[in-house]
Amino acid sequence: MQLKRVVVTGLGALTPIGNNPDEYWQGLSTGVSGAAPITRFDAEKFKTRFACEIKNYDPLDHFDRKEARKMDPFTQYAHIVAEQAVQDSGIDLDKIDVDRAGVIWGAGIGGLKTFQDEVMNFAAGDGTPKYNPFFIPKMIADIAPGMISIKYGFRGPNFTTVSACASGTNALLDSFNYIRLGMADMFISGGSEAAVTESGVGGFNAMKALSERNDSPETASRPFDKDRDGFVLGEGAACLILEELEHAKARGAKIYAELIGGGMSADAHHMTAPHPEGIGATNVMKNAIKDANISPEEVDYINVHGTSTPLGDLSESSAIKNVFGAHAYDLNISSTKSMTGHLLGAAGAIEAAACIMAIQNQVAPPTINHFTDDEAFDAKLNFTFNKAQNRDIKVALSNTFGFGGHNTSIIFRKFEG
Amino acid sequence: MSDIAQKVKSIIIDKLGVEESEVNAEASFTNDLGADSLDTVELIMEFEKEFNISIPDDQAENIGTVGQAITYLEENAK
Repeated sequence: MQLKRVVVTGLGALTPIGNNPDEYWQGLSTGVSGAAPITRFDAEKFKTRFACEIKNYDPLDHFDRKEARKMDPFTQYAHIVAEQAVQDSGIDLDKIDVDRAGVIWGAGIGGLKTFQDEVMNFAAGDGTPKYNPFFIPKMIADIAPGMISIKYGFRGPNFTTVSACASGTNALLDSFNYIRLGMADMFISGGSEAAVTESGVGGFNAMKALSERNDSPETASRPFDKDRDGFVLGEGAACLILEELEHAKARGAKIYAELIGGGMSADAHHMTAPHPEGIGATNVMKNAIKDANISPEEVDYINVHGTSTPLGDLSESSAIKNVFGAHAYDLNISSTKSMTGHLLGAAGAIEAAACIMAIQNQVAPPTINHFTDDEAFDAKLNFTFNKAQNRDIKVALSNTFGFGGHNTSIIFRKFEG
Repeated sequence: MSDIAQKVKSIIIDKLGVEESEVNAEASFTNDLGADSLDTVELIMEFEKEFNISIPDDQAENIGTVGQAITYLEENAK
């Protein structure tokens, strides 16, 4: 069967460096760090006391009190970016077939704050269960797409993908597949996460996954630097409107880019450590390139997973060399997590948005915070250190990898009819 | 209005996000004030917390309006 083509017709973003796509791109292209001391809770006793939080966020700017109270922050963020993207797409909700319009969302954890607050409340009592009736429906990771479908009346496929830090990309790839198989016309798709809580920071600290550079939060996320010491936890969301090409054309939609392929693989190696030779990461990029029916030489820009952990950055750079050979040196490579921090289940969504805006603007955003070369990396690779670079970008690839050994890659191409 | 009635009304206004003018004695939580079944459970829990009592399920089922809540709590609150 002939697969349908899928295009991006709307964008939404709520990130630590910008509360809409324009602000987000402004931050990305000028190399702004979103890291700062934690304000969400008193972090004095924590090993890590900073994170990349959303700035100037008041739920009452977006929801009435009753709505806000019934939604965990990860669902609030999802609603905000979905609304931005729907508005941006110019779609007339009265003119689409809502049975063929779905919502597929990525969340690595879901309502962590809700879970934590309810359990702490129980623990503070005398053992009598006094759980709020909204505890479960607020906390479950699939509530975000559920609530979005209620708002827009979309009755097509609806669920959440959970693959830790690859969740957002898995959501986009599922949406892509349903559309190209002809099973739906469009999706509101993306990811959100809100894990800057005591249990989130404490839990990742216990794994020694987080940077502990408390004296300089804004330089803590330093992927591919010799002194990288872990990732910086971020929060937020991004949303893409993915639409079948003819459906988009028929309504005269503006088209940001075409989603041309994706790949998935597993490391089958360790709970949290990446495969040392990057087998999963190598396979996933190869799978995506094959799926997109392009040659590796056509890729111009890679938005890497690059979380700023000692092992992860190494295995990913080895994988890039495995996949691209000599062309690896012609690529612009960058980790935008150097600016946004790591948004876990939303990472794939905000980084897909970064790739799309990189194609639009013909600019590769930088890997900021590069101070000291690490001889473990091939010095001929161009990590786009510290400053954005102008570049003719036709094809951009984004990698995301999750604890559990889940790997995903997604490829966008400049839309040329 | 008794203190209890005032407290009950402010809980309802807060939890259901409604205006004070809507919260009259006859107003039904579900039919008039937009509550769903989960909102109703949450309201009962708030009454229990505020008035430090435990409302058995079979009695909670009979609290469907603002007036019924006020009457029950005036009779049972410690």
